[in-house]
Amino acid sequence: MRALLWRDIRLAARAGGSAMLALAFFAAVATLVPLGVGADLHLLARIAPGILWVAAVLAALLALDRLFQADFEDGSLDLLALSPLSLETVAVAKIAAHWLTTGLPLTLLSPLLAVLFGLKAIPALFVSLLVGTPAVSAIGAIGAGLTLSIRRGGLILPLIVLPLLAPAVIFGAGAVLAALDGLSNGALPLLGAFSFAACVLSPFATAAAVRLNLGS
Amino acid sequence: MLAVEDVTGLRGGRVLFRNLSFRVGAGSALSLEGANGTGKTSLLRMLAGLLAPASGAIRFGQVSEAEERGKFVGWLGHHDALKAQMTVAETLAFFARLHGGGETGPAMEAAGLSRLAGLPGQYLSAGQKKRVALARLKLSGRPLWLMDEPLASLDGAGKALAAALVRDHCAGGGIAVIATHEPLGLECERLAL
Amino acid sequence: MLRYANPTRFLSLSRPLVPWLGTLALALLAGGLFLGLRVPPDYQQGETVRVMFIHVPAAWTAMMAYGLMAVASLVGLVWRHPLADQAAKAAAPLGALFTALGLVTGAIWGAPMWGTWWVWDGRLTSFLLLFFLYLGYIALWNAIEDETRAARAAAILALIGAVNLPVIEFSVDWWATLHQGESILRKGGPLISAVYLWPLFLMALGYTFAFFTLWLMRIETEILTRRARSLMMSAGEA
Repeated sequence: MRALLWRDIRLAARAGGSAMLALAFFAAVATLVPLGVGADLHLLARIAPGILWVAAVLAALLALDRLFQADFEDGSLDLLALSPLSLETVAVAKIAAHWLTTGLPLTLLSPLLAVLFGLKAIPALFVSLLVGTPAVSAIGAIGAGLTLSIRRGGLILPLIVLPLLAPAVIFGAGAVLAALDGLSNGALPLLGAFSFAACVLSPFATAAAVRLNLGS
Repeated sequence: MLAVEDVTGLRGGRVLFRNLSFRVGAGSALSLEGANGTGKTSLLRMLAGLLAPASGAIRFGQVSEAEERGKFVGWLGHHDALKAQMTVAETLAFFARLHGGGETGPAMEAAGLSRLAGLPGQYLSAGQKKRVALARLKLSGRPLWLMDEPLASLDGAGKALAAALVRDHCAGGGIAVIATHEPLGLECERLAL
Repeated sequence: MLRYANPTRFLSLSRPLVPWLGTLALALLAGGLFLGLRVPPDYQQGETVRVMFIHVPAAWTAMMAYGLMAVASLVGLVWRHPLADQAAKAAAPLGALFTALGLVTGAIWGAPMWGTWWVWDGRLTSFLLLFFLYLGYIALWNAIEDETRAARAAAILALIGAVNLPVIEFSVDWWATLHQGESILRKGGPLISAVYLWPLFLMALGYTFAFFTLWLMRIETEILTRRARSLMMSAGEA
């Protein structure tokens, strides 16, 4: 399984890969929002948790439609399905690779963006993204598996996945807001529970979706 | 021993083949022949356990369940499964690691790829990509080889190579089912769809 | 052609049933609306409280539709019953319709109180997300060409949505209380008076029967469409 993980990471990290794309998107949002909303740092600091969380989710979604589709189109997915690995294991490896190449870099970049927005609660933002972005990869993978055979799957994938990710955004941004007010509102544990459940259940649903689409 | 019993294949509601039955014993090769669209690929995918037949049963030895059967399959599909940015050596090494390790050198030699080892996939010709697929097949060490148009894009030397690989595989007790338009130059049974 | 044995039985059952259900639905709705118009206006909300009689049952029906869709999806996935797949597919646009109705009437109901057409109220927000779940489901059905694969993919999505729906509701509720804002859309808020319950109950029943009527009609249409399609395909083959 680790072989698959490394292969996917290397593919994503190379030129034309998805890691750079996600980071660029994150940075673009971080730059365009102040341009659109105004330079008032008070306002920016207040909307920062939400904006940055939404940007993280959208950036992670960017490369999601290719998660399985690339392998499906060139026949690699058949080989993976026939390999000693179970499809569930393949799903875990792919989800992990996706998180390591989108969610994690975004999390690492977030303190910088927090500074741009004048957001004080940097550790809270960092931790919330660290805990919450795996859920985005996990739930997104289910959508990727369901849409892998659709030509323009990238258009329908966000529609399917975004309502399911609402809890992550709510709890994630909520955790940061709580830290800003100096309170604790239980958001972080809830986010943790959500992420954990998503990561545990997703490989089964993702494998089922992939299995379904392979039989064509 | 590969046993196919009463298998019916559908595609988009149309019947491709109905109540198909045949057996292939160890050490034998079967070539599937038929025009485009007759369902050769679908049948191969059913044999591999990737696609479920509309009815009927497929067994490899004692194993009938689709996903279990797949673990005995060496697959050479229609697409090359080659990543543009990965070199030949990396591609084969990845495959070998996936299948429990092993040296890629001999397989690369056998497929005539040693010279191309460091070349990324995007620089390979179609014939060279097929050779990589053949090397991968040899690396898999699996008993049931399912090959979909293996001779496409291969030159004379390549075709001889493919035939030799299949011959060796069968000589060692393996089974090969090959969908092909062209003659393989092998002793094998033939099934027309 | 064994596949069509069950759908035929279904058609023979639903065809006589639909007119009865439809009439019953209309009667209940008429009764509910009549009572709803006669009920005294609320001391706080005035006449607009009557919108509740359209909004609340729509919300209940939308939720029920999703539940039915999820159950049908499960049956279709586990037992491979094609009728179950078609039932799930047929329920989705109806569910979306009722959700949209709930959203619009919710906005109308609240507008006089809020002074604006939309408010990110907990209930309405949950509802909006439910609407998107429906849209995603319908889009998935339409995007995959092969009917069987579309059915299974959509079934997986419906089940994931069903599991996630309580979580979404919970999180939105949590979010709404975080950002204060009261909700007049809370069922059973200040409106527990029995006078209001009767029209509500009638409307809810009326909506339910209306849903089932429309659902059966849509399933019939699905079955007939598939038959027509397979006839056309075999005509092409001959």
